[in-house]
Amino acid sequence: ADRAAALELQIAKVQAAAKERMASAMNLTAPAPSVEDGFGIGRAAHPEEIAAWDVDVLPDGRGLPEGSGNAYDGEEIFADRCASCHGDFAEGVDNWPVLAGGFDTLADEDPVKTVGSYWPYLSTAYDYIYRSMPFGEAGTLTPDETYAIVAYILYSNDLIDDDYELSHENLGQFEMYNKDGFVLDDRPELEYAQWRAEPCMENCKDEVEITMRSVFLVETPPEGGSNSVMNHATTDGLPTFSAEGPSFIPAAAVKPQEEASGEPDVEEPVAAVAADGGGELVAAGEKVFKKCKACHQVGAGATNKSGPQLNGLIGRTMGSADGFNYSKVFTAAMEEDRVWDEAALAEFLARPKSYMKGTKMAFSGLKKDADIVAITEYLKSAGE
Amino acid sequence: QGPDPLITELQDWASYTGVGVDETPYGLPISYESHVVRRNVEWLTASPISSINFTPIHALDGTITPQGCAFERHHSGAIELSKQDFRLMINGLVEKPLVFTYEDIERFPRENHVYFCECAANTGMEWAGAQLNGVQFTHGMIHNMEYTGVPLRTLLQEAGADISPDKWVYVEGADASSNGRSIPMEKALDDVLVAFKANGEALRMEHGYPVRLVVPGWEGNMWVKWLRRIEVVDRAVESREETSKYTDVYEDGTARKWTWVMDAKSVITSPSPQMPIRHGRGPLVISGLAWSGHGQITRVDVSKDGGITWETARLGKQGDTKALTRFYLDTNWDGAPMLLQARAMDETGYVQPTKDQLRAQRGENSVYHNNCIQTWYVNAEGVAENVEVS
Repeated sequence: ADRAAALELQIAKVQAAAKERMASAMNLTAPAPSVEDGFGIGRAAHPEEIAAWDVDVLPDGRGLPEGSGNAYDGEEIFADRCASCHGDFAEGVDNWPVLAGGFDTLADEDPVKTVGSYWPYLSTAYDYIYRSMPFGEAGTLTPDETYAIVAYILYSNDLIDDDYELSHENLGQFEMYNKDGFVLDDRPELEYAQWRAEPCMENCKDEVEITMRSVFLVETPPEGGSNSVMNHATTDGLPTFSAEGPSFIPAAAVKPQEEASGEPDVEEPVAAVAADGGGELVAAGEKVFKKCKACHQVGAGATNKSGPQLNGLIGRTMGSADGFNYSKVFTAAMEEDRVWDEAALAEFLARPKSYMKGTKMAFSGLKKDADIVAITEYLKSAGE
Repeated sequence: QGPDPLITELQDWASYTGVGVDETPYGLPISYESHVVRRNVEWLTASPISSINFTPIHALDGTITPQGCAFERHHSGAIELSKQDFRLMINGLVEKPLVFTYEDIERFPRENHVYFCECAANTGMEWAGAQLNGVQFTHGMIHNMEYTGVPLRTLLQEAGADISPDKWVYVEGADASSNGRSIPMEKALDDVLVAFKANGEALRMEHGYPVRLVVPGWEGNMWVKWLRRIEVVDRAVESREETSKYTDVYEDGTARKWTWVMDAKSVITSPSPQMPIRHGRGPLVISGLAWSGHGQITRVDVSKDGGITWETARLGKQGDTKALTRFYLDTNWDGAPMLLQARAMDETGYVQPTKDQLRAQRGENSVYHNNCIQTWYVNAEGVAENVEVS
């Protein structure tokens, strides 16, 4: 105890001395200075540059480019450019967003928030689709195509007829179903006011029991990622708690099925095996493949996404990835036993829609032959 | 127990030489720490390109998050944008629409600040009850870095922007999603930074290299990465990210919008499901993180019995404003089961609410802004699990 007291005294002395030095020194920190008329840094933006980037659309329709479209035309464009993720009827594929329906579900346990049921402004749909869609090919839609797609989404939500002509003149006035469904942040009045009280420190409750256990246990393998598995343990046999502590100490506490590991066995990192020759081409192809990754997987563990997995593609029968829902043209190709070879793949990748008329693949094609050669090498090496 | 051969016998590392300098010109953590990585939950999203992963906060200490394990959230994948190809435009209600290069940005006076960045959806799964067993997954959509950047107000001034209080600043990124968000002028003039360094080094690609926006205390979605345009507008744009996403649906189906601030929150990072107690009874360090988008954390209380009794924790150091604060409760574990909870208070006097308080106020469909008190059940073997309590 004496030693502890002496140590504390010593610490107090050192800290007091440091404090004194601090107090006698000038505080030289200051916010970044500003200059009344600016620093003269940067250059004037060209009108063409502003036009290229400033494409956002305001709720009242300001910012909309001239143009128009209807759901009748939109249906075809949607099938071509959007349906591989959002479904032919805007119903959503896998986890991709559903765009239609869900009316009067917002107060349900799992609200279905679609453009129709939830979005307060139609400008948002135009703005987002024109700038950021299709996923993996953003910025490639014309204004007329965008109006037509927006019209088709409205039509899918039963909000317009298929001949309704949506344009820069009427989009800003279109009244959405949920336009009055939003309130501004009212946490200050509703929550902060009541949650600023001095909190309880003792005897805050009589008894506490565990009402729910983790739904998922999570394994964390050394290679990264995670696997969640259902936790089958129940709350039976768990102690309750009172101010005296837990009601009992379990002799052998029930262990979760899989103990989440804090110290997994560390495996030797697997040295990446660089392919001889062709290595550079494969690397270049991997880069090109980024354009495809939104929909396709290749390599160990590749599965079908909104596009089929591409393992062993060269030499594989067209339309033959297990469990993938192909378009008719690919089903037909499979029945004819057509096989992917490098020539076929090159033609397809150059102009997907003319080589495979009717394909659901929204991608418009690779323009450079070098990219096609590289990606073919990559697919061959990654998908063995 | 006999003498320890690790001490009594000559070990390889004490005899042979180690590796030379430059073995790894830019270092990675030692192989023994290779499990301390960001991790995703594959089934949460349709594609890893528009997805999120989680910071391994269970395995970190102090407050600064190393960039290499700071969570990522992309809407169209992380892009490789070079400094040479970087352009930042400022236009709209300004006297002089301007274009800046990366070099231009570095010529403005800059500041350094530590701030947390939390995704609005952090802990969002837990609205429906205890879901994922691991603090990395329940609370890992957060990081905390020291940013170097130019105040946004400096750039607004440079362009001669209309800075009247009813104006807005709309910001967007250069990636395919562009992720546009509207920020009210008052915040834009206050503490928003146009940042190009984090923790002393260039931003990582996944965090918006070469330039991102830092919006202290506000939801992570507004911290636009690969920043390419700043537009002064006379109203909120009501973009997809501020209407269809990042709005909070109440029980009655109406939704709350413009919920930008991240309220005070805390969580115990150890013990936790990924950090069981392995040393048995005796001295135990309970450690965790607390933060508030409203300013400084002033106090954190810890309960071992599910909220019946609370003890005030020790703060690692005085909390920085809108930054993570580390807290410790140095205790003695008697081997009895515990229900561990932490409760943060910030400089406005706000006290972190319980799950029941939040649900009574908002229902269970909010998705975002879940800052409830978290409970870990620690059993007699020291194994911790994510639970809900009465």
